Amino acid sequence: MRIALLSDVHANREALSACLAHAQACSVDRYIFLGDYVGYGADPGWAVDTVAAHIEAGAIAVLGNHDAAVVGSDSDLNDTARVAIAWTRTQLTPQQCDFLRALPLSAKQADSLFVHASAWAPEAWDYVTDARAASRSFDATQQRTTFCGHVHVPEIYHLSGTGKIASFTPIAGTAIPLTPQRRWLAILGAVGQPRDGIPAASYAILDEERTTLTYMRVPYDAAGAAAKVRAAGLPAVLSLRLLAGR
Amino acid sequence: MAARGLQPGDVVAGFRLEEELPLAATAAFWRVSRAADDPPLLMKIPRLEHGANPINIVGFEAEQMILPKLSGPHVPRFMASGSLDSPYIVMELIVGESLRAQLAKLPLPAEAVASLGAKIASALHDIHRQEVIHLDLKPSNIILRTTGEVALIDFGFSRHLRLPDILAEEFPGPIGTGPYIAPEQLLGNRTDPRSDIFALGVILYFFVTGERPFGDPSGAREWRRRLYREPVPPRALRADCPAWLQELILRSLEVHPRERHATAAQLAFDLQHPQQVHITSRGKRTRRDGALSSVNRWIHLRRSLPSLRQTIARQLERSPIIMAAIDLSPGQEALGDAMRLAVREILHAHSDARLTCVNVLRLSRLAIDPWEDEQGRNLHSRRLAELQYWAKELPVPAHGITFHVFEAPNPAAALLDYARNNHVDHIVIGARASSPLRRYLGSISSQVVAEAPCTVTVVRATETAAS
Repeated sequence: MRIALLSDVHANREALSACLAHAQACSVDRYIFLGDYVGYGADPGWAVDTVAAHIEAGAIAVLGNHDAAVVGSDSDLNDTARVAIAWTRTQLTPQQCDFLRALPLSAKQADSLFVHASAWAPEAWDYVTDARAASRSFDATQQRTTFCGHVHVPEIYHLSGTGKIASFTPIAGTAIPLTPQRRWLAILGAVGQPRDGIPAASYAILDEERTTLTYMRVPYDAAGAAAKVRAAGLPAVLSLRLLAGR
Repeated sequence: MAARGLQPGDVVAGFRLEEELPLAATAAFWRVSRAADDPPLLMKIPRLEHGANPINIVGFEAEQMILPKLSGPHVPRFMASGSLDSPYIVMELIVGESLRAQLAKLPLPAEAVASLGAKIASALHDIHRQEVIHLDLKPSNIILRTTGEVALIDFGFSRHLRLPDILAEEFPGPIGTGPYIAPEQLLGNRTDPRSDIFALGVILYFFVTGERPFGDPSGAREWRRRLYREPVPPRALRADCPAWLQELILRSLEVHPRERHATAAQLAFDLQHPQQVHITSRGKRTRRDGALSSVNRWIHLRRSLPSLRQTIARQLERSPIIMAAIDLSPGQEALGDAMRLAVREILHAHSDARLTCVNVLRLSRLAIDPWEDEQGRNLHSRRLAELQYWAKELPVPAHGITFHVFEAPNPAAALLDYARNNHVDHIVIGARASSPLRRYLGSISSQVVAEAPCTVTVVRATETAAS
């Protein structure tokens, strides 16, 4: 089974379409979405409908903090994100809001955990940006492998049998063997708002048979997506980010 | 499943255990079979019992990550890997003899050492191209296949440049084998393919003199002596060691990786063409350099290591072997000029490139003596002089350029053979102006383009008049 893992779509239709087409060309059997379908981008309704259609076809999706903010409180977000959330609320239908409200915080499958931010207190939306945060997440779950997003920068943390945590920045297109001797915490890059300096959309493919994880980079029409963000009257910084990948 | 307590006839992960092989103490090795049509297979199961060396446990995991990514005749073919109660790897059982079996016969003749060295260097280049550095090259990890090629085994200390380095993360100290470990490896750099060239230099030294250049040091402190103390030159131990071989060995054993050959392919090239080796003071030395110059080298290495680390990933790209196939026929001067320009541009783009200039004498099958022209002059040496004249203004150091003239009935086939045997990365070849006859017969350059194992640049002199 080959599973496409997609996180942080952020209402970016151009980026998600490109990633889905890429995944299909890679003969992916299944899709798992790791949250933040809305916020920042100009196509929140389309993004929610697309994820919902994939769930109908057997996909898994978990809740992200921006999804939660749209249907609940946005007090944890910064000013720019709050402006985008307020605009997003005007774009979604009640059905689309209900869909977001019904999403689980995490999902398990075999020895893997899928969660938006961290296995540690998923609703606290912790940022896994160092070994300490990775350690909190490892300690909070029995699952051998955890997949999350939220940070928008690809990174893999691994925990050895002797308790040492190290991290590695994955190289796109290289299959990384998730060896059974250690535990793995894979931070996916963002589909719809990359922040590692590379504007191309980021997702990953998990090959269950070979137990490898391959990060992918998919160039897409970032200029088109950025133009829509501007046209929607969203803060200019959100469109510039798409072009710079930062 | 445990490494111990297994019996012949047991089935592990679908593989039937046939016979336990006493290959190394760190793991159990079994000859296994699955289906009748499989090649002979080897299963490796690490010893995980209490008291096992943790570095071997992590090393086994590293090998599980790296071996499936390698392919080609110079590595055992990966078959399967996994973890039941205990991890295992199944790979091709290489039919051949470990180089360790040669140790009783040392020293070996220089020519035999060079030929073996060229095979090992070719194998190293193959894994380096796949972005893997072995980092534990030694006789017991080199197998001479019955087919003649060298295969490298045991990737437990190796580094794949696109995967996490789980060994370095777990163990802060140097990881390697005492007599063979490279200076930069001792200082914690595990990203330089030239560390394998150093280890190959130790092997060549050992095989030609019968002695290891740095002895068999037992602790990390003793390991470090090679950072500031040079080895005794091979010729001091064995007067009949040729200067060219000493040149290559001592260059491989340079403390600073930058002083060694840029790639294993370039070393393989020199080992295959002894008469072309540029001999410096290194090759002529009969005793060690003074301690002071050695210390200077070591300080230099310490200072430049951080910058070294950043440039490693591009090492192979920067150091191609470029082959210029030159047509020296009268009337082709404009083509010769255009070729020189093209080669100069390629050399500018690759700071550590190696240039080999070749010319093929088309041999008529009826010729009685191809080496003598009608004036009785030696055609071969004349062509060589012409090649050197052609190249004299190119920006290459003396050790970076070689010249070859050979005769062959089919020049294109000869050029292609040469490119394959010498790991050529880029062929530059001239194409003569088009003519009806050439269109009909097909040109040498078009055959080279069609069958070359690498990039080919075809150069044509600009036409001065409409044809």
